[in-house]
Amino acid sequence: MITVESVSKLFEGIPAVNNISFQANDKEILVLLGTSGCGKTTTLKMLNRLIDADAGTIHINGKNIREQKVEDLRMGMGFVMQHSGLFPHYTIQKNIAVVPDLLKWDKKKTATRTEELLHKLHLTLDILDKFPNELSGGQQQRVGIARALIANPPILLMDEPFGALDNITKADIHEEFKSLEELKNKTIVLVTHDVQEAFELGHRICLMNQGKIIQTGTPKEMLYQAKNDFVTNFFSENRLLLEYKTTLYSDLKSLTNFNNDTNFQFSDDTDIWTILQKLSSDHSLNEDYETLVRAFNQYRKLQML
Amino acid sequence: MTQQSLWQFISDQHDKLLIQITQHLGLTFLSLLLAIAIGLPVGILIAKKRKLASPVLGFAGILQTIPSIALLGFMIPAFGIGAAPAIVALLIYALLPIIRNTYTGITEVNPTVIEAAKAMGMNRKQMLLKVELPLAMPVIIAGIRTAAVINVGVATLASFVAAGGLGEFIFGGISLNNTNMILAGAIPAALLAIILDQTIALLQKAGYRYLKRLKYWIPVIVFIFAVIYYSSSNSDNHLKAGFTPEFMGRQDGDLGLRSVYHLDFNPAVVSDAIMYKAIYEKELDLISGYSTDGRIKAFDLYALKDDKTIFPPYFAAPIIKTKTLQKFPELKETLNMLSGKLNDSIMTDLNYKSDYLHQTPEKIARDFLIKNNLYKIPQKGNSGTLRIGSKIFGEQYILVEMYKMLIEGYTNNKVETKTGLGGTKICFDALMNDAIDFYPEYTGTGLLVLLKPSESILKHVTQSPEKTYDYVQSEFKKQYGMEWLQPLGFNNAYALMMRRKQAEQLKIKTISDLKNYLDSQ
Repeated sequence: MITVESVSKLFEGIPAVNNISFQANDKEILVLLGTSGCGKTTTLKMLNRLIDADAGTIHINGKNIREQKVEDLRMGMGFVMQHSGLFPHYTIQKNIAVVPDLLKWDKKKTATRTEELLHKLHLTLDILDKFPNELSGGQQQRVGIARALIANPPILLMDEPFGALDNITKADIHEEFKSLEELKNKTIVLVTHDVQEAFELGHRICLMNQGKIIQTGTPKEMLYQAKNDFVTNFFSENRLLLEYKTTLYSDLKSLTNFNNDTNFQFSDDTDIWTILQKLSSDHSLNEDYETLVRAFNQYRKLQML
Repeated sequence: MTQQSLWQFISDQHDKLLIQITQHLGLTFLSLLLAIAIGLPVGILIAKKRKLASPVLGFAGILQTIPSIALLGFMIPAFGIGAAPAIVALLIYALLPIIRNTYTGITEVNPTVIEAAKAMGMNRKQMLLKVELPLAMPVIIAGIRTAAVINVGVATLASFVAAGGLGEFIFGGISLNNTNMILAGAIPAALLAIILDQTIALLQKAGYRYLKRLKYWIPVIVFIFAVIYYSSSNSDNHLKAGFTPEFMGRQDGDLGLRSVYHLDFNPAVVSDAIMYKAIYEKELDLISGYSTDGRIKAFDLYALKDDKTIFPPYFAAPIIKTKTLQKFPELKETLNMLSGKLNDSIMTDLNYKSDYLHQTPEKIARDFLIKNNLYKIPQKGNSGTLRIGSKIFGEQYILVEMYKMLIEGYTNNKVETKTGLGGTKICFDALMNDAIDFYPEYTGTGLLVLLKPSESILKHVTQSPEKTYDYVQSEFKKQYGMEWLQPLGFNNAYALMMRRKQAEQLKIKTISDLKNYLDSQ
């Protein structure tokens, strides 16, 4: 668990982060969301002390991060950045092995673990002898994730990890990311300015503006229990899409007699957007589509109350 | 003497040439290695503490601007003569490119990569060795490459302080009017620079990974060169001799010492600007001086008696093209006003004023002319400009000033001086090509360096100073259309010199005494 208490950071007298507090619970993905300059990256970098806070305290599993050796602190956290940050003079193999080498793992253990991760991240073994500039952007980003995960750290910090990718690659990696077993038992703090990404990946979202946290909550809470106009306006552009995406099939079950069992096999945590996409592609399913939309509208009304 | 081809010269002198090349490489590599050993850590330091960057780079930049000969001169009191001052001077020139490129290389490593390294838990040392230095390496090597090329060039000047190298041939050739000798030094020096540059370029391209494999044997090579260098430049005589490049190649110089006195000193080659100081500082025990030099008096030196007369005395007189004398009819008379006015002791005294009392040549010249009632206020005329040249030592500067004052005082002409020309060949070529109109020359130099007559003629014409004068006068008229004006009055000759104290201690009065002393050792 990461606990941030009353933390501030000033750059040349101007507060970049202004007295913020939040918690990231074990095994959850917490998204720091906001426009550029809102202080989200500064906040993230204070967690592994790439930037030192001017005031306030940060505890990880009850331990103050200032009371341990900074190198040890950092080795216990994976860090993924926007432009993969791979070492251009190292092969992919050596890049992934940086932390194991610092930890003095034996070569065999590193090799086994590397292969395992590459497989999970849908990378082929032949890239191991290549250099970063010989890889595509998506591959580089996957290698960056492999590098962060290799020593199996309990915490993963991600700074706009998919920000430099095109939309199609980004969607692919999002899918992999959500289904990656490796990540299920990790505490992840992810920084992004991409609202859809925040909703897609985040268990909880911290919306930041001008160095302050405006609201922290689940995606649904952000949509239906907005604290103020800023929050409402922030999501207004994508609102309908986000509402569809945050509503799961299980949410609508009690409101409709939609017949899932025979024709489709949607699981309880499939979102309504995905189901409707499927239904709308086939005219013969028009009735099912409308049933589901009606149920969604009803659900929506209940949330707004 | 027949003209030699360059190839003949090289094959005749190939062992000397090989030694010089080894010395040259030794100097370059040693200084380069030291410069890397100092420059790399300093570059890293200022990349880490940016506040230090501009003062350090500024200081290294200032060192870079010190003229190389001046820098070598500064080194003598601290390091003596020989390899040490040369290596230190070269090291200073190599520092700036290495420090600057190390600094630039490290500061320009992509900050994202640095951040990634930090975030993975690397400490400062790991970051420097695994990330910053490897990524900065191409830029650092480019700096070393620049430094290497600079050093090959500057190392030619090492011969001024008796550190050997290809400068011995280059500057010897300039003094002795021997083009083959100049080329035998200059061509290998240029080739060395190119080869070194290209070799390092290969390393640069091969990248950091290959460089890592080489890191063990680079110091080995450098060490080998250092050993060879020291063994080749070691002299085994008890008395250390240092001769000028010109003296080394003249019959009335080292050649004569070898053939007539059978003396072989294995002398260091050193520039005359530095030679006197070096003997005074006890870096040398024996030098080839000029009999009228002011520093003989200043540094209390003793000129050994030339008991087998290999150093015949020569007159000094201006040489000028006949055609110039026709163009400026009053000139001959004006210049001849000085003739006979300067005897040996007067000239030595004037040189003493310049070399030891550090009076300006202008003041010395004016004082002398006023004393002899020759001085006249300049007429500030503008009927034509005369250009006077001089070689690069005090006596010539004083003579040039006197001529300037005489011409400006007695004629309507203006004078431009071109002083400090670096050797007989440069002065004479300048005169031939009308870059200067006249300069003071010595009949011996005219005879041995410029005319180079056969041995039988030589024997005949060196019987007296007057005979030499008559011979060069007629030959110069014939061959070059030039005239020697009337001799100034003093005789200049080479002389072997020791510190008076040491000479008395060892009871050496003549060159034969010296020979006996060395044989008894």
